[in-house]
Amino acid sequence: METDSATTQSPPPADVDPALLHQLVEYLRQNRTDLREEWARRITDAQLLSAMTPEEIFSEVTAVYDNYVDALETGSIETLQAYARDLSERIIPRGVETHEVLGIVLLLRDVLARSLFVNYQHDADLLNRILDAYEPAANRIGVTVGVSFVDERERVIREQQESIHELSTPVLQVRTGLLILPIIGVLDAQRARQLTEQLLEGVQRNRAKVVVIDITGVATIDEAVANHLVDAVEAARLMGASAIITGLSPKIAQTLVDLGVDLSMMRTVGDLQGGLEEADRILGYRLSEDEAESADLT
Amino acid sequence: MSDEVRVSITSDADLVVARAEGRALAERLGFSRTDATLIATAISEIARNIVVHVGEGEIVMRPVDDDHRSGLVVVARDEGVGIRDVDAALDHGYASRGGLGLGLPGVRRLMDEFDLQSERDRGTTVTMTKWRLRDELERLRERRAREAPPPADLNGR
Amino acid sequence: MSVAVLHHGDYLIASIQSDLSDSEVLRFRDDLVKRVGERRARGLIVDVSALDVIDSFVARALRSVAVTVRLRGAETVVVGIRPDVAIALVQFDLNLDPIRAALDLDEGVALLDRLTERDGHNGV
Repeated sequence: METDSATTQSPPPADVDPALLHQLVEYLRQNRTDLREEWARRITDAQLLSAMTPEEIFSEVTAVYDNYVDALETGSIETLQAYARDLSERIIPRGVETHEVLGIVLLLRDVLARSLFVNYQHDADLLNRILDAYEPAANRIGVTVGVSFVDERERVIREQQESIHELSTPVLQVRTGLLILPIIGVLDAQRARQLTEQLLEGVQRNRAKVVVIDITGVATIDEAVANHLVDAVEAARLMGASAIITGLSPKIAQTLVDLGVDLSMMRTVGDLQGGLEEADRILGYRLSEDEAESADLT
Repeated sequence: MSDEVRVSITSDADLVVARAEGRALAERLGFSRTDATLIATAISEIARNIVVHVGEGEIVMRPVDDDHRSGLVVVARDEGVGIRDVDAALDHGYASRGGLGLGLPGVRRLMDEFDLQSERDRGTTVTMTKWRLRDELERLRERRAREAPPPADLNGR
Repeated sequence: MSVAVLHHGDYLIASIQSDLSDSEVLRFRDDLVKRVGERRARGLIVDVSALDVIDSFVARALRSVAVTVRLRGAETVVVGIRPDVAIALVQFDLNLDPIRAALDLDEGVALLDRLTERDGHNGV
């Protein structure tokens, strides 16, 4: 999901003296070596980024520092954002947590601010003006890095959720061209919708010609679910697959009839075993009316 | 951010635009691919009715929210002669018998909520909505945004 | 170009490459029917995999093609209907006979081969 952060497209503050900003940036560039080392040391002292080696920390510190100074100079945080996203993508699998990322950003602010104090302490007025230039930009940068990290974490979580969802998909390929969808338990409209999507995606993925939808484990269905079932059968046909419904209890059969579902339009077979045999029959045919019929859209 | 999208419908080329805009908005609002397709298809049918039966009209789409759900509302308006027999138009049987009809029963199935107001010689307004449930992560993010808005002085005092 | 038409032996393969306006759909329909007649094609495959939306109008146009070319002895197979598009399309409860459907081009050709073999000719 795209970040909607308010920091994304804002220009640098209008009332910041460009000369001051320039002076600040020059200062940060000249003192690059010392400040980076100081920052890396503070990070290690605070036991942050413990999942990374000192060399790795220094390497990232360098990259963040340089991007940070560039962002201060140009007022544009896009490069920094891109880098922060890239960094997050790399360190999240290593187990780096949000508080660590926020921690190191705050440490950098502190290291730079203290350095400014030390360097400009002789001129309180200049120090004040430099800080006026530094503060808002530094805040924005810190938020950018933090938000990028959090966004990336949320993206990963979402992906994992989807993987879990997919792994739990009940669409099984029995053999080439044949899928089974065993449905067990309560079937409500939402689940039926989900199963329909999973079924059709399964047809696409496995290039299935026949799907056996087994509802032995389903006690009752209502009108909405019955409609979804019919939709699933017809939609599968639009993708070149015929659907066989098995395990239709007398109760459900009656429900379907009462709802006006034309059962003659659906292939139904008593049990799963019979359904699989029927599927084999369909798949095994080469030149026959029956197979051509199975691809019909009637 | 104003997410309202208006598409003026005066020719069949506008249907292409309306479909694309509908899908784009649906995806922006976090709808699944399937739901985005259902929405775009519904928009296509409704917009076509305007072009074919009236000649001109407008489609407005915008997000709508309640506590647990996010939705997309589509309002299709025209100022044509109106639909004479609304019940018949909405009846599945009628549509498939005649072979043409207005495709409305299908549109109603595509969307979650569907309302049609038509007045003779005044025009027709179709209002339809699709909902999706917001997941935990999303609601958490929104709660955070509501409770802790970004600092006012990020970019200057 | 919005539609590409290729020959594959006795078959025509029409590939729709982008969303078409209604008038383009009708032109496409008429053009296909003409070509099937001219080439005496035994089969027609319409590849709609690039279509994000197939509504009742497009569906009816495809059906119209299928009905017409059937009169000239050609079978029609539509391929490439995506899952989400299929779900949307079935909401319209249309009778699409005599259109047949297959997953993709390969399956479509295989299906046409079987259908035309049935009639005692070869589809090469």
